Amino acid sequence: MGVREFIELWPVVRQLRGSDPTARGDAARSAGSEHLRPRIAEADRVVRSICPYCAVGCGQRVFVKDEKVIQIEGDPDSPISLGKLCPKGAASQQYVSRPDRVTTVRYRRPGGTEWEELDLATAMEMIADRVLDTRRRTWQDTDENGQPLRRTMGIAHLGGATLDNEENYLIKKLYTALGAIQVENQARL
Amino acid sequence: MIQGSNFAECHPVGFQFVMEAKLRGAKVIHIDPRFTRTSALADLHVPIRAGSDIALLGGLINYVLSEGKEFREYVVSYTNASSLISEDYVDTEDLDGVFSGWDDKSHTYDPVSWAYQDSESDGDGQGDGDGGGGERSAHGGEHQRETAGGDKYGSGGASVAEKPRRDPTLQDPRCVFQILKRHYARYTAEFVEEVAGIPQDTFFELARAITENSGRDRTTNWSYAVGWTQHSVGVQYIRAASILQTLLGNIGRPGGGIMALRGHASIQGSTDIPTLFNLLPGYLPMPAGERGGSLEDYIEPDAGKAGFWGDMPNYMTSLLKAWFGDAATAENEYGFDWLPRLSGDHNNYATVLDMAEGKVPGYIVAGENPAVGSANGRLQRKALEKAEWLVVRDLSCIETATFWKDSPEIETGEVRTEDIATEVFYVPAASHVEKDGTFTNTQRLLQYRHKAVEPPDDARSDLWFFYHLGRIIKERLADSDDPRDAPIKALTWDYATEGPSAEPVASDVLKEINGYGPDGELLTAYTQLRGDGSTRCGCWIYCGVFADGVNQAARRKPAREQDWVAAEWGWAWPANRRQLYNRASADPDGKPWSERKALIWWDGEKWTGHDVPDFPPTTAPDYVPPPDARAGKALAGDDPFIMQTDGKAWLFAPAGLVDGPLPTHYEPAETPFHNLLHPQHTSNPAAKLYEGPGNRHHPVGSTVFPFVLTTYRLTEHHTGGGMSRFVPYLAELQPEAFCEVSPELARERGLTHLGWATVVTARSAIELKVLVTERMQPLRIEGRETHQIGVPWHFGHNGLAIGDSANDLLSVTLDPNVDIQESKVLTCDIRPGRRPHGAGLRTLVEDYQRRAGLA
Ligand code: SF4
Repeated sequence: MGVREFIELWPVVRQLRGSDPTARGDAARSAGSEHLRPRIAEADRVVRSICPYCAVGCGQRVFVKDEKVIQIEGDPDSPISLGKLCPKGAASQQYVSRPDRVTTVRYRRPGGTEWEELDLATAMEMIADRVLDTRRRTWQDTDENGQPLRRTMGIAHLGGATLDNEENYLIKKLYTALGAIQVENQARL
Repeated sequence: MIQGSNFAECHPVGFQFVMEAKLRGAKVIHIDPRFTRTSALADLHVPIRAGSDIALLGGLINYVLSEGKEFREYVVSYTNASSLISEDYVDTEDLDGVFSGWDDKSHTYDPVSWAYQDSESDGDGQGDGDGGGGERSAHGGEHQRETAGGDKYGSGGASVAEKPRRDPTLQDPRCVFQILKRHYARYTAEFVEEVAGIPQDTFFELARAITENSGRDRTTNWSYAVGWTQHSVGVQYIRAASILQTLLGNIGRPGGGIMALRGHASIQGSTDIPTLFNLLPGYLPMPAGERGGSLEDYIEPDAGKAGFWGDMPNYMTSLLKAWFGDAATAENEYGFDWLPRLSGDHNNYATVLDMAEGKVPGYIVAGENPAVGSANGRLQRKALEKAEWLVVRDLSCIETATFWKDSPEIETGEVRTEDIATEVFYVPAASHVEKDGTFTNTQRLLQYRHKAVEPPDDARSDLWFFYHLGRIIKERLADSDDPRDAPIKALTWDYATEGPSAEPVASDVLKEINGYGPDGELLTAYTQLRGDGSTRCGCWIYCGVFADGVNQAARRKPAREQDWVAAEWGWAWPANRRQLYNRASADPDGKPWSERKALIWWDGEKWTGHDVPDFPPTTAPDYVPPPDARAGKALAGDDPFIMQTDGKAWLFAPAGLVDGPLPTHYEPAETPFHNLLHPQHTSNPAAKLYEGPGNRHHPVGSTVFPFVLTTYRLTEHHTGGGMSRFVPYLAELQPEAFCEVSPELARERGLTHLGWATVVTARSAIELKVLVTERMQPLRIEGRETHQIGVPWHFGHNGLAIGDSANDLLSVTLDPNVDIQESKVLTCDIRPGRRPHGAGLRTLVEDYQRRAGLA
């Protein structure tokens, strides 16, 4: 290759002399980029979802390969987001797949200085024990005037604004039947 | 108009439509203490002193009324401007800053004097003590306040006299229109300049912009966020904007409205199907007080009243049937007796204060991080230390889960890990792509997400967690004959499960929320609900999400294949209506106010148009209800506000609010200034302060805490940081806590750009990196130069993006209607350099407390 041809292959030269002055098309091509393929082209399937951060509710397309989420992109069909995501929505693949996500139960006993391991089924039984025991100890049948209360003031719940409607429904239903009334979420924040 | 929101940075993708509107000629104005990217993209940025918005909005209301710029025909036909108010009503202007009904001992109002004059009784509706309009207006100040105010009334707000006496000429001195005029007469351009720091020519520019852009042919929109709600008088901020927008005819019309820009994916859903103490699904109030007796007592205040809230008994019975199934019968009042009763204020801050005193043993926290995200972080952590057991459900070990080993109080040596007796369970949660389910976004739109992959290891959805917790508890109590266990035994809980972890089928739960008819068929509209036990429905406003047996929330017809309403993408409650109260988009005769602003109209037989009509479909514009009509049938053809008993938009709120029928300028709870308008009452007298050793408030005008502080969010982070500070990309973009100060303040206090500063309040002191920027401007308020400091509040010490928590600076100070904390304005001091680490931190704070006279 002569010097002249070599220079003409430089992207900046092609950008200045060719038909792609913004360097977003032909001028940006190289031997390396010729063989690049988008990660999403490898996906086994695409699943429709919604961004978990703010209440704009941008559409997401979740790309799955080998049962792993390999990319999350904006959904161009959504009339709300028209394919766009902001930095948070665009980082949500990393949010779900980052290596330091804590995916096993951890238990800290009273006065303990370190986390301990616990299996999920045992944790669920222990939590049920505590809910029932606390409820028994703190039950209020009536107030001082004999008016019915039928409740416990010993169990409080916080959270719900990033949860699904179906989840909040079961939460409110279960606590109300248990008589736990101090159920709140960050709708007030 | 964007006010109380940093739209471009906090809802970036939604902001694209603001930019598109601007390209088409819309004028965009941003009113905010800080110059942000929203300001940069607006036509005009108006700096304002944090906490003075009602002064500005009141000034604009006064401008509209005194210049005669209201949309007369809209105001006369669709609002309560012509309604006459009780002769007993006395305004703040005549009582030095409180309304009639104020009780200085209990710090509450008895709202009885705010009622309409009832056309059906003689006189003013107050004739026989609590009779007439008074009886129907509201239910006692003390009780109303104790159960979180307005929420207790549910969707419809309070019931009022259905036929108030009216003066359509708007001349009667007791009519709402004249009361409004008198109330806001002192909110002049000079007053706005003094209090809010907005120059008079800027004020007139604003006033002209909104009035010229409202009317038959044009509409103006107001968008806000927590910059408005997080105040001790936050609900009244929204009311002030509602009054202004209603006077200008901008409600229920395309391009108009007041838009709440909400910050969590399903924060709307979590109020619709509430994880809130005072509500049941669909804004039905929790039983309490006089609604706490029988089912009859519960529904009595609303049953049969005009408007769609009059059908509330059908909604309640259907909810009880959904929860208790066949065990809910007419004989046992559908299990109403099984519901727990409220007896006061059980909001989370009140609970946390109790917990800090050892009164609440158990705490379950799901997807929230109160150690960082709630006001007065120290108090929050104190409560965690005093709980017996704590369950944290999240994707990361957030500060709330690890407080026992690395909280700031451990660093100062105030507590030792070994002495904290709290038992902590961290139970990992599934992410949004690892479960099916719906979010409800800020425009009431339900959108269904499909599961992409199974959650890893022990991670489970909250649907899984609460379903299996309930299943275990039901199994344990199966043989109990204790009456308190009866509701658990009766609870319908037989959800189908699927997959390797026995995940409940989310769409089955959504079907229960939608509701079933007598033959087990999915319902299509809430108008099908009955009060005789034949229908079941978990949340009446969501009835129709499975209309025709189809999951409407999962509809995804591409935007390019639909018109601008995009009615076939997701499903909006109620009944897929995209714009509430859209009957107001047509004139009283049912014709669009203008071609340009047409949305729905009367075609001679029915309502039709671009959106689903938010009105009974065949009620003609000239329909006048017969005297015995009830609920929806009692609405006249020109009553667009169908949830209100009187069908009208409330310029004046005759009931339903605990801190007054009209917004009044009050200073924030912490402020450098006395109240120019009402020297006797600096701040909202009804605000909840929870004064105590762990929750001290700064004196008004304190020279120890001379600066105004406002907290805010960044594009790259999310609330208490649990979903963002652990994500490497986001942490790289916004790595650490900082504060924004003006060059003038930096000079005054010796702060250097990129150096450290310590911000101090009576609650705590935190250290932050300093960003010196002209985006912060000193304002002249009451003749004095006033500095404001901006602090993002996401940070904590776990994860990748770290720093001290702004919420440690805050006190618990709540709006009395909705228990939202005042985090958008407080006072503070700022000094150069880092804070003491170790025991010296408390010494520093105690020194400030002493100097401010608080120790
Ligand atoms: S992508 Fe950004 S703007 Fe869209 S929903 Fe997510 S956080 Fe909100």
